[in-house]
Amino acid sequence: MMYVLIVFLPLLAALIAGLFGRAIGDRGSQLITSTAVIISAILSWVALYQIAFQQTTEVIELMTWIDSGDFDVDWMLRIDSLTAVMLVVVNTVSAVVHVYSIGYMSHDPHKPRFMAYLSLFTFAMLMLVTSDNFVQLYFGWEGVGLASYLLIGFWYKKPSANAAAIKAFVVNRVGDFGFALGIMGIYLVFDSVSFDDVFSAAPSQVGQHFEFLGYQVDVLTTLCLLLFVGAMGKSAQLGLHTWLPDAMEGPTPVSALIHAATMVTAGVFMVARCSPLFEYSPDALMVVTIVGASTCFFAATIGLVQNDIKRVIAYSTCSQLGYMFFALGIGAYPAAIFHLFTHAFFKALLFLSAGSVIHAVSDEQDMRNMGGLWKHIKVTYAMMWIGSLALAGIPPLAGYYSKDLIIESAFAAHTGVGEYAFWAGVAAALLTAFYSGRLIFMTFHGKPRASKEVMAHVHESPKVMLIPLGVLALGAIFAGMLFAPYMTGEEHYKEFWGASILMLENSTAMIDAHHVPLWVKLLPLVLGVFGIALTYQMYIRRTDIPVQLAKTHSALYQFLLNKWYFDELYDFVFVRPSKAIGRFLWTFGDGKVIDGLGPNGVAGRVLVLARRASQLQSGYVYHYAFAMLLGVVAFVSYFFFAGGH
Amino acid sequence: MLDWPILSTVTFLPLIGVVLILLTSGKEESAARNARWVALWTTLFTFVISLFIWINFDNNTAAFQFVEKSSWLGNNINYHMGVDGISMLFIILTTFLMPLCILASWEAITVRVREYMIAFLVMECLMIGVFCALDMVLFYLFFEAGLIPMFLIIGIWGGGQRVYASFKFFLYTLIGSVLMLVAMITMYFIAGTTDIPTLINFSFDPHLQLWLWLAFFASFAVKVPMWPVHTWLPDAHVQAPTAGSVILAGVLLKMGGYGFLRFSIPMFPEGSEYFAPLVFALSVIAIIYTSLVALVQKDMKKLIAYSSVAHMGFITIGIFTFTQQGLEGGILQMISHGIVSGALFLCVGVVYDRLHTREISRYGGLVNRMPRYALIFLIFTMATIGLPGTSGFVGEFLILVGAYQVSTTVAFFATIGVILGAAYSLWLYRRVVFGELVKDDLKNIMDVGRREILIFAPLILVAFWIGIYPEPFLDVMHASVINLMDQHETAMQASKTILNAAK
Repeated sequence: MMYVLIVFLPLLAALIAGLFGRAIGDRGSQLITSTAVIISAILSWVALYQIAFQQTTEVIELMTWIDSGDFDVDWMLRIDSLTAVMLVVVNTVSAVVHVYSIGYMSHDPHKPRFMAYLSLFTFAMLMLVTSDNFVQLYFGWEGVGLASYLLIGFWYKKPSANAAAIKAFVVNRVGDFGFALGIMGIYLVFDSVSFDDVFSAAPSQVGQHFEFLGYQVDVLTTLCLLLFVGAMGKSAQLGLHTWLPDAMEGPTPVSALIHAATMVTAGVFMVARCSPLFEYSPDALMVVTIVGASTCFFAATIGLVQNDIKRVIAYSTCSQLGYMFFALGIGAYPAAIFHLFTHAFFKALLFLSAGSVIHAVSDEQDMRNMGGLWKHIKVTYAMMWIGSLALAGIPPLAGYYSKDLIIESAFAAHTGVGEYAFWAGVAAALLTAFYSGRLIFMTFHGKPRASKEVMAHVHESPKVMLIPLGVLALGAIFAGMLFAPYMTGEEHYKEFWGASILMLENSTAMIDAHHVPLWVKLLPLVLGVFGIALTYQMYIRRTDIPVQLAKTHSALYQFLLNKWYFDELYDFVFVRPSKAIGRFLWTFGDGKVIDGLGPNGVAGRVLVLARRASQLQSGYVYHYAFAMLLGVVAFVSYFFFAGGH
Repeated sequence: MLDWPILSTVTFLPLIGVVLILLTSGKEESAARNARWVALWTTLFTFVISLFIWINFDNNTAAFQFVEKSSWLGNNINYHMGVDGISMLFIILTTFLMPLCILASWEAITVRVREYMIAFLVMECLMIGVFCALDMVLFYLFFEAGLIPMFLIIGIWGGGQRVYASFKFFLYTLIGSVLMLVAMITMYFIAGTTDIPTLINFSFDPHLQLWLWLAFFASFAVKVPMWPVHTWLPDAHVQAPTAGSVILAGVLLKMGGYGFLRFSIPMFPEGSEYFAPLVFALSVIAIIYTSLVALVQKDMKKLIAYSSVAHMGFITIGIFTFTQQGLEGGILQMISHGIVSGALFLCVGVVYDRLHTREISRYGGLVNRMPRYALIFLIFTMATIGLPGTSGFVGEFLILVGAYQVSTTVAFFATIGVILGAAYSLWLYRRVVFGELVKDDLKNIMDVGRREILIFAPLILVAFWIGIYPEPFLDVMHASVINLMDQHETAMQASKTILNAAK
């Protein structure tokens, strides 16, 4: 019952606030949705204790969904350790964001709608993490996509927000395309889509082949890669990442909840959930590693030069997701989920702090128009430091425990791709520290670059926003040191995860990570400190250096500033041709060829005849058609009648 | 089982409404008002009665139920009615959509209201007849006669280019049905009967089957419509009044799919097997081609019409996979598409009634004045995209699951349509509903009223019902679909044995 409440309370709240928002008013909507999610959040922590620390698994059957032959899908809730961790992440961040939004959206005329969307999102995400089969997973998957679409486009008057919303949905659909094909393939191979059936039968499919698009391909590798395409879309991995930075058009609490802490980690969750499949496909894992490592480096480079405060954090998210993926790829699933867990706290903290900054400077998001703010908004400033240091992996904050473990695991994997991931991760660690430092120094230090009016207005956010920040800060500080022994510690991790994550005997990267050479352990930390020091030098003491660098390396700067030209490329390769082909097919295919040869020729003749006839007689063309048809019918009837005798 | 002829009752009940309307007289205005109310009550009553078919339907048998049989023309041609798990839901769909259509025409139609209502009631009778008929002649009569009221509805109450559109509609369908007629006559001469259940068990010569299959295909493909004989649909939709579009998309298109299930597959198993790749090819082309075309439309109704062609492409794929998921998905998707695309046309109708234009660029920012409308439109946009939880998903996904088992390539390309579908639907929604409200004539536009909510509420309910708990719908189909598959399987086995024996 408790688990049903955790999942369905947010839905109930969303429906009430969404449908009766006008009746219960702004305050009523805020209270109902926030209360519901806070209750869910508290219950989630209870669930974490009961499930992960008591080593149990709950499966609750709700009702049948689709039943067609062997294709049998039920609405079910499955709560095991992996789910429990996700429940905690989703509901905690969501509750914090709900409360924060009361303050942040206080000037918005559509509060009930906003709160309803947030709760709806929470529900969809909970359905995703509690699913017991692939189709329900897909339900949650698309559900969060819908909520994300609605929330990115929340300010529907802004054309850029609308465009970003559609982009997010459609790019995600490209990923879902792979995901859907993967699910269908799973049904084809395993005759079932329920996790238990599929996972228990996975070992028997090792080395088997089936026909896909005319090729004989390895069953598990193909299925895993198809699923992974879905994960890439949702988690904004290289190639399908383009929607995430644009998604920052949505209100900042949305960015914190959906595009940092929860929804974008769904891909990571999915791969971890499917570890019993991925573990048997080293090739698929290799692809996951390469994509993750490349994203982690690539996104960090773009983060270096962005000027929009939210976009910097967005690229940082993209990069951190890359870390999680390569951790998955080298078989360190617990490390990936652990990083997901800590990342949720400090990244949400960063976003909400950024929101607090934006709130303070009258909705300005460009860091070039900030500066010198720290004296005016000291709490926010402190929060931003906590979040950034946690992100940069400075001990003893949360990021240090999870991110360093991932980098060390990559080293300990002792494979070619592992080494690639290790160096990509190390490089990204330096870049992470750099863009984090740059963000703080540009925003809070130096001379104020905002106009006098704006500076006069700068004010600290109200308590309803600061307290949520405090909660997240606690997470960013303590989540790492408190949970590291259980989630990834050598002694406890097996009991903690139980059967929810499968790691074969030979995937020992995460355990070996505890015994790597000292320089490997120290390198990320040293680079992190160095990165921050470097930005201090560049953005506080010698502010002319960045300008000089941008000038001397203008091509590189432009390349990074324009995000490696991915948007332009896609526009050129996909968007424009689709429209051009569509127009061609419409006017030429439908218009000239099909209609020209077919009906227009014939209809033209008939029309001429009919018009002539109508001039002679009553004038209504359709009378003739009517008569014509009646004639046919009479003819047929007569024929059969006569034939019957 | 009921002891009264429920199928005939449901089929011909609407005609009683016609008589009542004819009996009413009086001034133009009061006659129109009476006609509206009579039509509404008749269709509502028909719907309620038709529910008894569903309530008393036995899910466990594949045999035809509620059978009525009496001799009609000569010795061989009978008035034979009956339903099975394949046809039953279409009757409910028809009777369900009808009252909504009448309501949707309540204020939109102001000229010749009596005739309009009569046309709709006759239409309903003929459509239900198509799904009940178990005799080829009877089927043909209903099937062809259904053209006439539709033709009139477009031709009289349609938009500016109604004559062109109605002729195009008429020509296409007529040419297809002439070929079907020839095939029916041939079958009669060979099998000596026009009784559908008998013909289903009759095995035609494999070579002849190919020709017969093609002849039927000509008629059904136009109805579906499949690429490349789809071009009548956008024009017909654009010109038809709102309720006409709803019936066209909701029920008339389904006759093609139903025809495949009732005739092509059971009667010509070898022809179906032989031509299945052709159907797949045409359907996949339809999905991608029309989705791309939909992407660049400037007229709301045309866009939805093209998307209909794409969705029907999924359905024909599902049907010709001969798998349980494909077939059941196909049928369910037809029901769902009837609801969803019907609702989308109604959504267009709502703003058309207010502004009298379907041009997308004339709209924008409607959400500012019409939040309820925005929500309704959003729900159906999501349903047409196939968002899980709405009716569009279940059918589409089952179809793709079925297709995957037959050919991963077909499933692969069909799934591309899912991406494009999201693109054109959201793009439409964004241009109409989102944005700043700047156009002067939109400044005073009214949100949906009580009557319109009454129309949409049942549609929304069903769209979610099928999406979340489709069991009641799927349960109806199981026995008949399994039977259909078994028949197909047996026929294919038999022909293999013959081939092997010949060797």
